[in-house]
Amino acid sequence: MDEKHSCVTLSVQPSRGLVDEKFVILVQNSFPSSLLTIYAHHQCEDGNSWHAFAHYTSDAAGAVNVSEDCSMGGTYSGVEAMGLLWSLKPVPGSKPGLRMRKKNVQAPMVVTISVYSSHLTEGFGDQVPLAGVEVERWYMAPGVRRIPVTEDGLTATLFLPSGPGPFPGLLDLWGGGGQLVEYRAALLASHGIASMALDYLTCKYTMETGKIVEQDYFEMAYKFLQKHPKVLGSRIAMLGLSLGTSVILKMAVHSQIMKLRCAVCVSGSHVQPMDGFLKEMLDYFSKNCGNTRFTKDNEVVWRDLLLPIPIDLSLKVDVGKLQCPLMLIVGEDDQNWCAYESAMDMKGMMERAGNSHLLTLLSYPNAGHLMEPPYMPHARVSLFRDMQSRQKMMVLWGGQTLEHSRAQEDAWRKLLVFLRKNLYSGVKSGSSSLSNL
Amino acid sequence: MLQGLIKISHISPPPILSVRPSRALVDEAFEVLVENLAPVSPFTLRSLHHSEDGDDWEAYGHYFSDHSGRVSVSEDLSFGGTYSGMEPMGLIWSMRPVPGSRTGLRLRKKDVTTPMLITVSLYNGHEDFRGNSPLVSMVTERWYMGPGIQRIEISDEELRGGLFVPPGPGPFPGILDLWGGGGGLLEYRSALLASRGYVCLALEYFKTGQMKSTDMSFEYFEKAYRVLKDHPQVIPDRVGIISLCLGTIVTLSLVAESSDITHSQVGRWERWEHWERLSFSMFNKIRVDENNHQIWRDVGLALLKEPSMKVDVAKINCPLMLVNGCDDQNWCSVETADDISKTMDAAGKGHLLTRLDYPDTGHLIEPPFSPHCVAGNFMVYSSNEKVIQRYGGKTKPHSDAQDDSWRKILSFLRRHLYSERAKLST
Repeated sequence: MDEKHSCVTLSVQPSRGLVDEKFVILVQNSFPSSLLTIYAHHQCEDGNSWHAFAHYTSDAAGAVNVSEDCSMGGTYSGVEAMGLLWSLKPVPGSKPGLRMRKKNVQAPMVVTISVYSSHLTEGFGDQVPLAGVEVERWYMAPGVRRIPVTEDGLTATLFLPSGPGPFPGLLDLWGGGGQLVEYRAALLASHGIASMALDYLTCKYTMETGKIVEQDYFEMAYKFLQKHPKVLGSRIAMLGLSLGTSVILKMAVHSQIMKLRCAVCVSGSHVQPMDGFLKEMLDYFSKNCGNTRFTKDNEVVWRDLLLPIPIDLSLKVDVGKLQCPLMLIVGEDDQNWCAYESAMDMKGMMERAGNSHLLTLLSYPNAGHLMEPPYMPHARVSLFRDMQSRQKMMVLWGGQTLEHSRAQEDAWRKLLVFLRKNLYSGVKSGSSSLSNL
Repeated sequence: MLQGLIKISHISPPPILSVRPSRALVDEAFEVLVENLAPVSPFTLRSLHHSEDGDDWEAYGHYFSDHSGRVSVSEDLSFGGTYSGMEPMGLIWSMRPVPGSRTGLRLRKKDVTTPMLITVSLYNGHEDFRGNSPLVSMVTERWYMGPGIQRIEISDEELRGGLFVPPGPGPFPGILDLWGGGGGLLEYRSALLASRGYVCLALEYFKTGQMKSTDMSFEYFEKAYRVLKDHPQVIPDRVGIISLCLGTIVTLSLVAESSDITHSQVGRWERWEHWERLSFSMFNKIRVDENNHQIWRDVGLALLKEPSMKVDVAKINCPLMLVNGCDDQNWCSVETADDISKTMDAAGKGHLLTRLDYPDTGHLIEPPFSPHCVAGNFMVYSSNEKVIQRYGGKTKPHSDAQDDSWRKILSFLRRHLYSERAKLST
């Protein structure tokens, strides 16, 4: 072997993948049984650097296969095909409280993956790696169209899948941080669902009038999808996280306009004043802010705001009246919302009402509040701007990285199957069950 | 009754089409899967590509869904179309210009920094789908350049070409890429080789139709080879040459005669010709076929009989791989490979030679899944005449040959440029 030149090869397949697709990282041609570090580096849109690394030993043929071999340490250990992505952390010296979220979904996330000699834990910038490649991770599949929506007073972005359509539709709601967050809707469109990300807290209407939107804003969004020529009006779902869940549960049960095919509620609760809507919900949370706790590091814990779960039906959505399939995804270590307790209460309500066949409950031990599409780095804590006080604070979301990342992967896969089953099936699953009564 | 039928069509679910990976390199396979279809029903899958030249290329296969309403191109049989049988990549390699297109077309990507966009669509039934709306369709990207590959244009007084450098610290083995008699600068093979880990220089040595230009000198190619070898990202003693058609003449000459090139590993030749100066007088040997397409293979046969026209391949000291199509109508590649083989054996150099002769395969052996071109437009330098040259080959065997030869070429390159150097003396 030529000592001057290593000729180690590194490949990542696919080199251009969707963010929820797995890849295979292969190192070949290294010295047999050599100590190697595989390193991932990503610079986000906001300029912050993230990295991950793992220690391997090549086999007798000088190869390492990250999908099959064990990492002996680093930012993850064990056999973890996607560990180099989900274990990404801000590089030493970074500001605290960072969270990785893609703003421009029309460009890929670019990750550099390199292989170094020996087991390194730092100083990656000072050493020359043996080999390095670039990998692209996309939220948008080829042919997916991004359409900003401003008609009907909406602040939204519609993502249409590739092809003539029409397609099932989905309204995508995020939580109390506001803004127009597009990446999840873009990814769902890559899976064949016309998805619209809706800003409902910092939308044009609210920014101009100072008022919180009412029920009709969401119904307008629903109607926009329903009458869109590329959307199948009778196959519309809603997906929400955190505060988005509160909106969805209220609308799914009480809206006369919305006839949802199914709903997916992540890390949220049904607890809210039944009298009123979003503004009253936010006021109710503010009223209970005395239940806010702080960790020893001064991180905000909001999970007690809605506890104990009220018995009074004027303070929670009666999910016993729900008529469409519902998937609840909760992390048992959610420190931001009492999602687990709410899910248990909802389950009880539905069992007593006789509609629990509509419920799919996914509850993950040691997973936190921010249940995102898979392989994105877990944020246990991050800087959050509270919409009411306009203040920035360090908020504890919860979750242990390994279990949280596994939970994200499992939940996303099940969410896609649930959406496919309900949006693409021949018969409404609700009506087929009624025939059993 | 009619009312009931209308209602059913409202709730009938749309099909789900997926192409994985949706973004791939051109030598990577994909999986086309359709689900949620009516069970055991006829469907047609069609691929469509709008080329840089403005032509439309298509391929299609007729399928039947199974009882779960599924069609998998990787696993199911095509019952006809532009390909039949179990052909996971049939929608790419069997592509041809749509009816009504111009003649003599060849699909070659000029701008390698952008992907080839292929739309895969599903239609009901096995009848003519033109004019019908597809039930579902999806765009997929096929790339020559992997992420992070750097493309550097070289256009100075002395050298013209495109240099492709893989990402990473390097240095890497290098490859000089030479095309054939059509001239111009074709970068796609170099881009693809760079995506496989080599610094690759696609060399332009005459403009299309200008074969008589002065660049066809030995020194020009030696210079190109030196520029590559001396590049900071290239390992100087791990440089090879890949060539097709006319380029092979150059390659053989370089390897046999140049004192500079003593350690090169030479790979992949499509057609071979012993030749130092193109002899125009031999062109009276050109025949035409029933379509008035020119067959040039007899020109080569005539040249083979002239010892003064042959490169002395006995002088070659590096591994050489010859890839030939047995139905090559443009050049007598098999006969010339026989001649080379005989000469090298006699000189005790036979162990350096690897030969792959593919049955029913024509002249243009391209990277895998490229549509097979049986006859194409060609500008004759001497007369500035536009003719159609016949290249030969039957589509299915030719496509299989492209697939197989590419893998073997990559493994030949890997063996000699990446792994432990072969012991040449044994």
